[in-house]
Amino acid sequence: MTCRIADISVKKLRAGRTAYLGARLIDPASGYDAVGGILTDGDTIADLGPQVTADTVPDDSAVVDASGLIAAPGLVDLRAHLREPGFEHQETIHSASRSAAVGGVTTMACMPTTRPAIDDVALVHFIERRARETSLVKVHPVAAVTRGREGSQLTEIGLLADAGALAFSDGPRPIMNANVLRRALSYGTIFGALIMHHAEDSNLSGSGVMNAGEAATRLGLQGMPPQSESIMVARDIRLVEMTGGRLHVAGITTAESVTLVRDAKERGLPVTADTAPHYLVLNENAVGDYLTFTKVRPPLRSEDDRQALAESLKDGVIDAITSNHEPRDQDSKRQPFAQAAFGIVGLETILPLVMELVANGRLALGEALALVTCRPADLLRLKAGRLKPGWPADIVLIDASRSWTIDARAFQSKSKNSPFHGRTAGARVVRTVVNGRTVFECLCDRP
Amino acid sequence: MPWAPWNDSPRRVFWDDGVAEVVYVPVFSMTPEHRPSSFPHRHLLGIEDLSPGDIDGLLDLADSYVALNRRAEKKQELLRGRTQINMFFESSTRTRTSFELAGKRLGADVINMAPSTSAIKKGETLIDTAATLNAMHPDILVVRHPDSGAVKLLARAVKAAVVNAGDGSHEHPTQALLDALTIRRRLGRLSGLTVAICGDIAHSRVARSNILLLGTMGARVRLVAAPTLLPVRAERYGVEIHHDMREGLKDADIVMMLRLQTERMQGSFVPSEREYFHFYGLTYEKLAAARPDALIMHPGPMNRGVEIDSEVADDINRSVILDQVEMGVAVRQACLEVLTRNLDHPEHNQ
Repeated sequence: MTCRIADISVKKLRAGRTAYLGARLIDPASGYDAVGGILTDGDTIADLGPQVTADTVPDDSAVVDASGLIAAPGLVDLRAHLREPGFEHQETIHSASRSAAVGGVTTMACMPTTRPAIDDVALVHFIERRARETSLVKVHPVAAVTRGREGSQLTEIGLLADAGALAFSDGPRPIMNANVLRRALSYGTIFGALIMHHAEDSNLSGSGVMNAGEAATRLGLQGMPPQSESIMVARDIRLVEMTGGRLHVAGITTAESVTLVRDAKERGLPVTADTAPHYLVLNENAVGDYLTFTKVRPPLRSEDDRQALAESLKDGVIDAITSNHEPRDQDSKRQPFAQAAFGIVGLETILPLVMELVANGRLALGEALALVTCRPADLLRLKAGRLKPGWPADIVLIDASRSWTIDARAFQSKSKNSPFHGRTAGARVVRTVVNGRTVFECLCDRP
Repeated sequence: MPWAPWNDSPRRVFWDDGVAEVVYVPVFSMTPEHRPSSFPHRHLLGIEDLSPGDIDGLLDLADSYVALNRRAEKKQELLRGRTQINMFFESSTRTRTSFELAGKRLGADVINMAPSTSAIKKGETLIDTAATLNAMHPDILVVRHPDSGAVKLLARAVKAAVVNAGDGSHEHPTQALLDALTIRRRLGRLSGLTVAICGDIAHSRVARSNILLLGTMGARVRLVAAPTLLPVRAERYGVEIHHDMREGLKDADIVMMLRLQTERMQGSFVPSEREYFHFYGLTYEKLAAARPDALIMHPGPMNRGVEIDSEVADDINRSVILDQVEMGVAVRQACLEVLTRNLDHPEHNQ
């Protein structure tokens, strides 16, 4: 298979006019679904629709034949752990951006699970500068809620937001002190700050390494009960009632959490939630024979939970599907299961896995794409995730009739910790366009 | 409709059987001649107990002391033979000195008690301290205590008149009175003015007393603070709440800054001094939203560069921070005078 990933110098090129012709255009935000073309001019979309054809585009436009492909807004990833600064052996902003380009992700929010944590204005500026210099896709920093992600003292939420932090999160580390989260939510209301909180009672999870269930019992592994998540979701929703702050439950995985979030939304509370593809297509049995690539926090849950989660996508309870890209080096995964690191890389598999939901009939194409484009973009208040004239020319071309085998060894990410290696996928990203410039192109012949 | 202090002032009446009842006294229905002429209270525990007439009376009397205090001969004989004990269970310099001066200028014998040297450190309860004090026959007790309600508790157990010099986050009535006197002398009135109180309102006794006093006297009060520094249900005071300082200061006649305790700016209530100053520190830029002649007040001690910019604090045309200190002595003299007068007229005592 031959593919081409743009060099970073692509950002310096003048983006002229490009026409992508004959595609099935999907704009999930408006429900637009029609065959036609997209004309980009510079870094914005100039026109789209059936009227954009080879005959109507200006003569100086480059033309890309997109017939038979789906053209959708580039994916917006709410939570990706880019690991730079501090863990460059696992991932850098550059390597993650190549991974994102291949996966069709054109905008990603960089989680503060760095060393030092993104808890200071200088680090927000650092991430923005590194992204400008080295990233093929758009990167926006998420700052920590508490200093050093230690769960005790608030970061400078206002100054960080002014500097460009889109949201606030302590990553996969819960704020166990309810009063600290209460103050964060309350203080954040001044700036409309989105607090993304990992819902887990770490005392209840204890030394658990996978879901507390039959599989854990059989394998003799310590379990994390699903209640350690739902108790925290319930607590956090009460704190939203108290403060009016914007809470995003980062990564819900259980049936009970779904019920709690649905109920909070019905009561009009500013609560949102996301999940990751692995919770939708795998259950606890995937741990199989101590496969450490399936070790993730929160853990893969029971089949009942998986079904409930997948069902809830339909009724809008879940606002986004995120890659929750967590790169881990080989050394930290080649360990006895209990000692291995938590995490799954996800940027290159998010789109094929979301398209699986469409192929299985769980979701309509537009609904599925909304969960990875306009809805996360709206949560972050970004001008992204839409195919619309005047909006950024961030586009992904998808071949939904391509059967291929996921090969983790070929990932652009520095880390290959994916449980999806060897899985057959039915859809593939064939071109990723950021700001009107192609950053990834799959050159292999179409079947 | 929530009660608005500038329309109706609630009065708590205690009946003999201990049942408390709140009655609302319409302020504007009281003409000056109907206002009580004397001060009908045995203690000064909070602004909550005072009527507009009580407040006006105290301010008028304090006004007369301002001129006296500017003379070379400041000594009076009014409190001659009286004993005033200043009991500060919490450290204080300016309030204690102010009360001490007020008492001495009126001719009282003033004794200062500091908790570090008193029996309190040795484990004596507040009520036992009161019994001990009763045996010494003081006439006036000036009490500051870190616990809200502690001054009232002490007042119930002693025979002397008690002045609350600040109890926890509850009230600091003489501060509110001196603030009112400062405003009244500068602008000639209190009613109809817009006063923005900014800062750590949740933990401030100064804010509570000022909200009550200004509301009672017909001023419009705005509270400007981060939500973490606002007490719950603050809107029930009948005040406007703002989280944005420029909005909160818009067209204000008075900007009243409050002190932010250092321990509250390390990430528990606000993230840092730097962030606090950026969003809530009083600078000329934010002050531009207020009326061009708006006055700046601060109960002190100031944290320059945290809640107030040095330049603004030192602006002699706008800042009345030192006036406040001067008015403090006069207001305390007035309080001591009316309370002592009542010691001789027990019929005024409630």
